[in-house]
Amino acid sequence: MELLLIVLLGLLYAAGVYMILRRSMVKLLLGIMLLGSGTNILIFLLGGITKGKPPVIDENAKLFQDVFADPIPQSLILTAIVISFGLTAFAIVLLKRVYALVNSDDLDDLNTPEEEDI
Amino acid sequence: MLLAVLSGLIISLLIIPFGKLLKTKWSILLTLLPALLFLYFISYIPAISAGSSFLQHTNWVTSLGVDFDFRLDGLSLLFALLITGIGTAIFFYARTYLKGHVFFDRFFGYLCLFMSAMLGVVLSDNILLLFIFWELTSISSFFLIGFNNDNAESRKSALTALSITGLGGFFLLAGLVLLGNITGTYTISELITSRESILNHNLYPLILGFLFLGAFTKSAQFPFHFWLPGAMKAPTPVSAYLHSATMVKAGIYLLARFSPILGGTDYWNYTLMAVGGFTMLFASVHSLFRIDLKGILAYSTISALGILTFLIGLGTREAIIAASVFILVHALYKATLFLVTGIIDHETGTRDITVLGGLRKVLLPVSIAGVLAALSSAGLPLTYGFIGKDLIYEATLHTNYQTLGWILTAVAIATNIGLVAAGFMAGIKPFMGSLPKQFETVHLPYKSMWIPPLILAILGLVFGLFPGPAGDFINHATANAIYGSETDMHLKIWHGFNIVLILSLATLLAGTLVYFINKPSALKLHAIEKLNSIAPQRVFTRFANDIMRFSRWYTDLFHNGYLRSYHLKIILFAEALLAYKLWLSGPFAFNFDTVTMPSFYEIGVILILIGALYLVVTTPSRLTSVVSMSVVGYCTCLIFVFYSAPDLAMTQFTIDTLSTVLFVLVLYKLPSFINMTSKTVLYRDGIIALSFGGIISLIALRVWSEPISKDIANFYGENAYILAKGKNVVNVILVDFRGIDTMFETVVLSIAALGVYSLIRLRLKSTEKE
Amino acid sequence: MRSPILQSATKYLLPILLLFSFFLLLRGHYYPGGGFVGGLVAAIAFVLHSFANGTEATMKILRRKPLSLIPIGLGISATSLAAPMLFGLPPMTGLWFEQPIPVIGMIGSSLFFDLGVYLVVIGVILTILFTISLNNITEKD
Repeated sequence: MELLLIVLLGLLYAAGVYMILRRSMVKLLLGIMLLGSGTNILIFLLGGITKGKPPVIDENAKLFQDVFADPIPQSLILTAIVISFGLTAFAIVLLKRVYALVNSDDLDDLNTPEEEDI
Repeated sequence: MLLAVLSGLIISLLIIPFGKLLKTKWSILLTLLPALLFLYFISYIPAISAGSSFLQHTNWVTSLGVDFDFRLDGLSLLFALLITGIGTAIFFYARTYLKGHVFFDRFFGYLCLFMSAMLGVVLSDNILLLFIFWELTSISSFFLIGFNNDNAESRKSALTALSITGLGGFFLLAGLVLLGNITGTYTISELITSRESILNHNLYPLILGFLFLGAFTKSAQFPFHFWLPGAMKAPTPVSAYLHSATMVKAGIYLLARFSPILGGTDYWNYTLMAVGGFTMLFASVHSLFRIDLKGILAYSTISALGILTFLIGLGTREAIIAASVFILVHALYKATLFLVTGIIDHETGTRDITVLGGLRKVLLPVSIAGVLAALSSAGLPLTYGFIGKDLIYEATLHTNYQTLGWILTAVAIATNIGLVAAGFMAGIKPFMGSLPKQFETVHLPYKSMWIPPLILAILGLVFGLFPGPAGDFINHATANAIYGSETDMHLKIWHGFNIVLILSLATLLAGTLVYFINKPSALKLHAIEKLNSIAPQRVFTRFANDIMRFSRWYTDLFHNGYLRSYHLKIILFAEALLAYKLWLSGPFAFNFDTVTMPSFYEIGVILILIGALYLVVTTPSRLTSVVSMSVVGYCTCLIFVFYSAPDLAMTQFTIDTLSTVLFVLVLYKLPSFINMTSKTVLYRDGIIALSFGGIISLIALRVWSEPISKDIANFYGENAYILAKGKNVVNVILVDFRGIDTMFETVVLSIAALGVYSLIRLRLKSTEKE
Repeated sequence: MRSPILQSATKYLLPILLLFSFFLLLRGHYYPGGGFVGGLVAAIAFVLHSFANGTEATMKILRRKPLSLIPIGLGISATSLAAPMLFGLPPMTGLWFEQPIPVIGMIGSSLFFDLGVYLVVIGVILTILFTISLNNITEKD
């Protein structure tokens, strides 16, 4: 499974990179999101993946009785997911506003903004 | 001394708020500054000539080795006197010369700054401090030379001067830092004591080379001489100040100052003699073909600087005495000639010596000054120039090298013949002959313009009449400082009838002959200008243009305004770097035992994920890509579920839902993707993207196969309940152990929300306006 | 989007989902869940309601702008971090009631911190989505 995940995150990165090389703003944003989820999986994988052992202490115990999944990458990723939502929301609105101003999704059209567009 | 050096800086700062006042009568106050400083330095003459020197230390940036260390000895005193004394004359003169100029205040601001910087150069005992002031002279002279900033030529020559002297400044800094590193001190007085260790060090030739580059660029030695004639575009008072006594002499000062530290070796002597000798001959011949008064003066200045470099290179007792006297001689007559030229230019409107003539009838006091200076420059007996010339011949004749001595003497004679003729051309020619009709209405300018050159010219005569006291009081200590020990110098008018006298008189005669035979004209000037096309100036201009072209090409290549091309370059660079690092890190070592076998549903999820990924990348429909994107998200969420991360799964699930809603809300109105990129570009990007993904996979594989430390995880696991009374460790980390992080995460989220809110409100307002 | 089935469904779904989100928040310290997830679920509940009944109707239920939830939530979180200082303890020290309270269980300062996070998340997401959708409506007019 680890090897599959490694291939998967490589593909996520590749897709992300490919998308940010495109001209469309929406594709750029999707590319950034793909890079983000690739990174999440990367962190998740490198923390060591464990099946069916969530980092939650048993109801009757005060300590872990068994091996448990590493909680640190999980809390890191949780933070990353929430923050990336903030980023996505802001970027989408920014993108929409740009679209309303220049009436184009093409990044190249932003190169020479006219006076009234600013 | 600190105050003396910084006063000019302070005044130039004060000119910013009070500049307007200066345009009125108050401008006389400005001339007080150099005058007071001049008197201040004069008060040191008795003590210095008695052989003492003064040190002053004020802490500045001690940790970097840069302190306000000032030292006043014979050498710095001579230069300080020249800077302030001739400065006083220039200030008086310029006040009238530039009367009513729009940027009158600005001019004096630059001039004060420049004077301060020069004083700093000659008084610094710390070599880094010296460098700072050195650069300050370059910068302030840039503003002075380019003072007529509406003139393209003027701007260009200012830029040339700055780039050449700035280039030299870099090398100088390198040399000084090396010197400081070798000896462990940045103080000149301490450097002298470690002379032996510097001379025997491997880096000595390099240090010397750097230092020479700094001095040669500043003092306009061949092949860096060309900025000086260009700098004549400056207002005449500036030329007079920069080229007689200050800016260009800074290089000479540097050589003189380091002569007792670095001098006396073959490297030192031969380089300086070759460069100086060539420069003095080259420039003196060149000066004969100029028709512009300032052009003549520019080339004769270069020649004089060549003589000084040459003398310092010679390094014998006689040569050093000659150099110390010639610095003063040259400053006096060259400043006079420049000022006279300025008056002629100011009153007649031309500097062309083929037109000028007979001006003695209308500008009598000016002509006296001009003639006196020309005679001093020619070395007529009873002027100070005569003494200077005598000493030069004495120096070339009394070298340790027998045959070389005669060659050097011949070069010196040839140079001096040229200088005699050039001096006559600049100082006598405009006043002799008959007065052309168009100049009959010319009248004498204000006293403040013609008195300063007259005083300077007369000083040259007085020193020449009484060389003994003049030499004892001013030049003796200078020569001692350059030579590093006692020189026993005693100047006399009459040395007896000897070979030096014969040579002097022969030079004078030959120079006068050349003056009468040589008729400079525009035609000849044109002919000699052609020679300049293969001159160093061309090389430098080419070089500068090539740099400009390169940087434009570079900018166009890397900063073309297309975001995706920036991305491309960044990614390619990252790829190359990572691949290189990966390759360096050696072969992989896997332990496949730890790999778990995937179950069929896991494989299914991953296949779906890859399929969705493919759709995201390839679909032309925006909606399809957004939906596939959410499929990618949900599948990731499932992976989290399989591998013991329920919190992550829940968060990913909800966030993904909300993101999709957001996308649909906002983007449903946008048109579908247009594919305008060519197939080859798509393939290229595809290859780049896949190789990037591959590299990341390899890195992941590599890191994953390393053992992981579980210390931190175990700490949290053990203490989650005991310290924080929680059993969901992820949540405990978020709200307790790393609470501050989470706190600021929510702040970031709030900022994003506020950003969205204001972005939309902003647009509402602007639509309302319409 | 305005189907009667969805409208009547959301009438019951909204309180249930809100209750569930609150449940997630409370149990976060012991089982999977917590402020982030709870807040997100609550936000989804409101978004669902707005889909069925229109954003204005949802705003009426909320009574106040969702933006105002952000400072309240930040305030609660910050207070819970700073509160231990009142007792002369370093900030962020966990404070707990001696006895567990029925149904909810142990109550400590970290619960209040999570509550703040919960409110901020709801505020942020609703602010973003509602300003966008309200703005879309005004554009149509």
